[in-house]
Amino acid sequence: MSFWVVAAALVASSLAVVLTPNLFHAVLYLAAALVATGVVFLLLDSPFLFGVQLLLYAGGVVTIVVFAIMLTERLVGERIAQTSRYVVHGAVVAAAVFVGVAGFLIQVPLGGPRPPLPGDLTPVIGRALVGPWAATLELLAVLLVVALLGALYFARTED
Amino acid sequence: MSLYGYLTLAALVFAIGLFGVLTRRNAIGILLGIELMLNAVNINLVAFARFRADVAGLVFTLFTISITVAEVAVGLAIVIAIFRVRRTVEADRLDLLRG
Repeated sequence: MSFWVVAAALVASSLAVVLTPNLFHAVLYLAAALVATGVVFLLLDSPFLFGVQLLLYAGGVVTIVVFAIMLTERLVGERIAQTSRYVVHGAVVAAAVFVGVAGFLIQVPLGGPRPPLPGDLTPVIGRALVGPWAATLELLAVLLVVALLGALYFARTED
Repeated sequence: MSLYGYLTLAALVFAIGLFGVLTRRNAIGILLGIELMLNAVNINLVAFARFRADVAGLVFTLFTISITVAEVAVGLAIVIAIFRVRRTVEADRLDLLRG
């Protein structure tokens, strides 16, 4: 039951992101969609990922996007309105991708019940991050530093 | 809810994000669509991790979330840099590389 409520909220807010003409409203709907995704993580017994989702996505990404809109558009007034083009073509391609994925899904046997939860997974994630995936974690740290330095370089003032 | 429900939900969100990427004119609007698509992939990863009882999917989700944040930071910095030069972020008018 709760899955259907969350799924409806997620799909509705996702549709609002791509359909609303006001760019700033689109970002707010994106925040709603990201929180709904976090609740889906909760339904999948992953409270740690729910926290990460709220902090990084709903907190960090939405804040950065709002700042970018403030720098490139006026928050109130006409300019923030955005238009869409090729709506019919886009809808056809998106529907085709969905039908393709759904058609693949009903062909593969994925049934099976949800296995019982082996206890709190957060310590297991922590041990996996510094155990088998320690090198990947370090690479990710380097990637983040390089990406953020690159972002600083791109967005710097000329003088 | 079975694994099918979560995978179908993720496919639907992915298709909606793809629609946004294809139809938006504003570069920031296109980035929002990409966010939706990456988000749908995360739902898939967590659903498979839960139903296969394998913690690797959760670790991968952490990695993809971090990479997405880096991608958004670089993408928006490029948008701001383009806006400084061209005074527009309409994707249709950024055709400097068109032959």
